[in-house]
Amino acid sequence: MGLLREEDLQEIRRRLEAMTTPVKMVHFTQELNLEYGRETRQVLEELAGLSEKLSLEVYDFLLDKEKVAKYGVDKVPATIIRNGKDYGIRYYGLPAGYEFSTVLDAILDVSKGESGLGAESREKLSHLSQPLHLEVFVTPT
Amino acid sequence: MESEHITADCIEATEFPDLVTRYRVQAVPRTVINQEHALEGSMPEEHFLDTILGAVQPPEEGAKA
Repeated sequence: MGLLREEDLQEIRRRLEAMTTPVKMVHFTQELNLEYGRETRQVLEELAGLSEKLSLEVYDFLLDKEKVAKYGVDKVPATIIRNGKDYGIRYYGLPAGYEFSTVLDAILDVSKGESGLGAESREKLSHLSQPLHLEVFVTPT
Repeated sequence: MESEHITADCIEATEFPDLVTRYRVQAVPRTVINQEHALEGSMPEEHFLDTILGAVQPPEEGAKA
């Protein structure tokens, strides 16, 4: 049985139709000692099946050390949302409830190559000259 | 996406209790900036951005840029 609800599938498919360029979800997980590891992977697999422009790559956090280093992943489950370019967008944990929508939004933004920020914000950010790492803590609702 | 310098993580708090402890996350959303500054709650885009940029670069540098 799917983790995504049947009644939501149509709406998700409809939203994904707005995708322009292909998006890849690069997912890191591990077999043991991960409370929601299996569920997280399953949700991403179901999601990837809803659009031809959306794909999923899965790596083992403990075994695929080269990829872990490449993406700078330090905890799992981790999901990188990227297109031909890695914008530094990561989701850590199971995207449940409202946070599923956060992941959908990220997929759409990355696909369109548009952050959705206003012109003034983009102007300010274009002057940024040093690393800025944001970690936003959320809970499923 | 608007700057090569930015990386953005969304972290499901209940799955990473040690980070919650380290960053003293008591309410969500809580945004941690460069592992040292933090801001709580959601706010309008402009205010959010100014707070973040204020945390990473001194005002005079921001004015010059």
